[in-house]
Amino acid sequence: MNADEFNLGQHTVKRYDAELEKIRSKVLAMGGLVAQQLSDAIAAITTGDSSLGEKVMNSDYRINALEVEIDEECGQVLARRQPIASDLRFILSVIKTITDLERMGDEAERIGRMAVQLVQHERPRGEYRELRHLGNMASHMLNSALDAFARTDVEAAVRTREQDQELDREYESIMRQMITLMMEDPRHIPRTLEAMWSARALERIGDRACNICEYVIFLVKGRDIRHTSWEQVQADLRDEE
Amino acid sequence: MSANAPSSRPYGVPTTAYYVRDSGDGTIVSVQGFNLWYDKVQALFDITMDVPRGLVTALIGPSGCGKSTLLRCMNRMNDLIDTVRISGSMQVDDQDIYGKGVDVIGLRKRMGMVFQKPNPFAMSIFDNVVYPLRVDGVGSGRVLEETCERALRGAALWDEVKDRLGESALGLSGGQQQRLCIARAIAADPEVLLMDEPCSALDPIATAKIEELIDELKGHYSIVIVTHNMQQAARVSDNTAFMYLGKLIEYGDTEVMFTNPKLAQTSDYITGRFG
Repeated sequence: MNADEFNLGQHTVKRYDAELEKIRSKVLAMGGLVAQQLSDAIAAITTGDSSLGEKVMNSDYRINALEVEIDEECGQVLARRQPIASDLRFILSVIKTITDLERMGDEAERIGRMAVQLVQHERPRGEYRELRHLGNMASHMLNSALDAFARTDVEAAVRTREQDQELDREYESIMRQMITLMMEDPRHIPRTLEAMWSARALERIGDRACNICEYVIFLVKGRDIRHTSWEQVQADLRDEE
Repeated sequence: MSANAPSSRPYGVPTTAYYVRDSGDGTIVSVQGFNLWYDKVQALFDITMDVPRGLVTALIGPSGCGKSTLLRCMNRMNDLIDTVRISGSMQVDDQDIYGKGVDVIGLRKRMGMVFQKPNPFAMSIFDNVVYPLRVDGVGSGRVLEETCERALRGAALWDEVKDRLGESALGLSGGQQQRLCIARAIAADPEVLLMDEPCSALDPIATAKIEELIDELKGHYSIVIVTHNMQQAARVSDNTAFMYLGKLIEYGDTEVMFTNPKLAQTSDYITGRFG
């Protein structure tokens, strides 16, 4: 393990600790909001609940506002404290994490909008069962990524990043089913297209959860593993042990 | 990027993290198993480090950690204190500076020193700058004038003082005085500039000018700078050595040390989590 472990507390200047802790709790609060939006969006689309879909569409502003607020606070810490080492990595990870969280919020909003639009179409027999499964996987990845961030847990981040491959496979299989569906009966095309967009949004949420996991690894280990093959990351982390 | 630790480690320091950026131009100062005592109190413990030629090396650490002591050892200024004893070796350009028959005055000419408080002599700006040459017995007016201009230009002070070289140096501002001291050090044409907190008595603008100067001087000179200002070490140096309680704890590429230090002690110190 790296000796320069991430550790929020115990600066000589206590106010610095308080500022970093405040940023951390806001990131977690923002993550919680995104997770709630995502689960509402999935419920809306799979149960055909258009009012829930509308609620999701109308709640995204709270996530956006938090992003702006946290960005501002990170800017203040950079300007006033000139963070270095683990503190610097923390601020950098937060700035990147909230960008991904905000985009996930947008994806959830998009799914909410699809839910509202899909109500106008006839519902398929399976009630979008596949979307529910994909949605659960994406939700789970998001929650695990947030958990890894909260506990600065590298192992959890690595495990969560692994789940993305499974989510991608599920996404591809849904794509194939939907294409089949559209070929069977062209009348299915409008609503299937909507469902495809939702599936795509869920797949992107999985990718963004992966990004957050990568920031956690950067935060704790000081290593940037973006654009690195999975095998290489595992080998590198083993070498460091 | 990183050179390995110097091969000979007579006393062994297993805790040191060592990942120094190499200049590709060899080592200017090589410290091997160096210990120093003030009377019975040991102030430096088994310091082993190579200072790459042409780069800026920062020494950081809390007060009393031995960084200034180590810096002063590099031009044998500790000789001036009777109770000092040393062991181990220190080489400049492969010459053992604590060996027998070393010309200490000659050594100090090669190792220019700039102190915390500017210390211009109570004489004119011109006389301050050419002082080292006068001590050497250089009498030629032309040589003195040329050297004065070259040194003042090198210290980025020429344009500010060229019209009043005959005036007293004590009339200059603090930042100008410090640059004058750097000019005086440069006039002796040293290989190394040793700077002991050169900006701690200066305002931010004067500090920025000295930092800009350090940037310009590096390459031509090797610079070792002691600083209490962590951000300054991060800004100006290529390598940083973190010392604590007389020991070298971590010595490596500044880029790495300030983003991802290897040892917890270093991280605690530079992030302000120290005891």
